[in-house]
Amino acid sequence: MRVSFRLNGSVVEVDVEPHETLLNVLRDRLKIKSVKYGCGIGECGACTVILDGRPVTSCLVLAAKVGGSEVLTPDYVARTELGRRIVDAMLEEGAIQCGYCTPGFLTTIYAAIIRGVRDADSMRRALLGNLCRCTGYVNIMKAVKRLLEDVR
Amino acid sequence: MLSINLVNTYRIPQTFEYYRPESLREALVLLSTIEGAKVVAGGTDLLVDLKFRRVTPRALIDITGIGELRSIGVGDGYVEIGSAVTIQELVESEVVGRHLPLLAEAAELLGSWQIRNLATVGGNLCNASPAADTAPPLLAYDAEVELVSLGGSRRIPLERFFAGPKKTVLERGEVLRSIRVPLYRRRAGWSFIKIARTSFDLAKVSAAVLLSLEGDTVADVRIALGSVAPTPVRARAAEESLTGTGFEEAVALAPELVAREIAPIDDVRSTAWYRLEVAKTIVKDAMRRAYERFLRVGAAP
Ligand SMILES: Cc1cc2nc3c(=O)[nH]c(=O)nc-3n(C[C@H](O)[C@H](O)[C@H](O)COP(=O)(O)OP(=O)(O)OC[C@H]3O[C@@H](n4cnc5c(N)ncnc54)[C@H](O)[C@@H]3O)c2cc1C
Ligand code: FES
Ligand code: FES
Repeated sequence: MRVSFRLNGSVVEVDVEPHETLLNVLRDRLKIKSVKYGCGIGECGACTVILDGRPVTSCLVLAAKVGGSEVLTPDYVARTELGRRIVDAMLEEGAIQCGYCTPGFLTTIYAAIIRGVRDADSMRRALLGNLCRCTGYVNIMKAVKRLLEDVR
Repeated sequence: MLSINLVNTYRIPQTFEYYRPESLREALVLLSTIEGAKVVAGGTDLLVDLKFRRVTPRALIDITGIGELRSIGVGDGYVEIGSAVTIQELVESEVVGRHLPLLAEAAELLGSWQIRNLATVGGNLCNASPAADTAPPLLAYDAEVELVSLGGSRRIPLERFFAGPKKTVLERGEVLRSIRVPLYRRRAGWSFIKIARTSFDLAKVSAAVLLSLEGDTVADVRIALGSVAPTPVRARAAEESLTGTGFEEAVALAPELVAREIAPIDDVRSTAWYRLEVAKTIVKDAMRRAYERFLRVGAAP
């Protein structure tokens, strides 16, 4: 079936199978590799994208469902002003080890700031669904705090 | 013989038809005409089941495009929640925060932000996990569910909706349309406590308490628990015994009374013994927290 949606600011049209997830279609058909596959069952947040303004795990979204919606992926987020500041804060605090979880963290942090999250505690709660296999949470939270001081 | 594990959660290893109707009627027609059709809402339970091939539907009917299932409204003496309202929408809803704080508290603890943005309240109930986080609060509020099919609609207490682990009384062709929650008229304290492996895992045990006092006597108490029986349950006999007793006495009696009404089991998440002991403890904790909130609600202007 054919689905059409806004991807990172432009309209895309793509043929998908009904059983393909948004994660499958973004990575394999649209070649957007910034969206990562970690667990495939909603537990790790590596596949986080922003769907109509809200972060979701793209491994649990059927691609056919996003027709008419707006999707933002980590590579797009990283190119925005705010996204760049998030990445800078993460680099400065050594919040990136192997880097596999980074696109997911970046995307959730971005969505949280856009939606008005301004304190570290709320940010920590917003990030519960993003796991870091390298367990770099301390530095990730340092980056978040540095960033929040900045944003405020 | 070489055996290869074909289960890999990247792809859904089966196919099906997919429909996303814009009206409830259309959804009901599809559901009743396609043999083996299944409803999908947020997909956070169903996609996992599809990936592991625990279900093999012929078609999926996505109900999240149906406007009437997506709203929260206040009626005469009740709040009505559409089945496709997301858990995050419950968290952010002013109506839910004001009238159903016990539900709001549980919704905040369900899954992660990413999951709450997809997961729906109807999906949480229809999936019928004994651990479903919205169930204990809704049971405590005496919620009713409205089930619709091409043949008409029926409204039943949520307590009678669950038929066992992963089983409901939904019949073929039937959809959960909305959840009607009567307003709790008394001044009340509330508390939802969930014990889980991580903050966003399914509950090993959970307890919801609504409490109202007159002086220091329990005027009304509602206790509901998750993950300690084949379905989420109300501890009705305990509630009855505790009504009319002093608060401290009620807290002392509650654990043993509640223990008589639950039947926890061993499974991957926990053991029966642990569940029983923890249930007894968190019922007490939830009553105390509800008590503190009751006093604070009263102190507010
Ligand atoms: C990482 C992760 C963490 C989670 N954490 C929690 C947690 O902490 N607490 C918790 O309770 N749950 C949790 N869950 C489970 C799940 O997110 C919830 O149960 C959610 O509310 C299910 O809603 P859904 O809309 O995604 O349901 P779906 O997956 O779309 O549907 C679930 C089932 O209900 C049926 N169904 C859905 N809507 C209707 C309807 N209106 N009428 C008839 N049938 C219907 C479907 O056919 C399916 O069988 C978690 C899941 C994941 C992946
Ligand atoms: S791959 Fe989607 S949450 Fe892990
Ligand atoms: S940096 Fe390696 S998983 Fe987070």
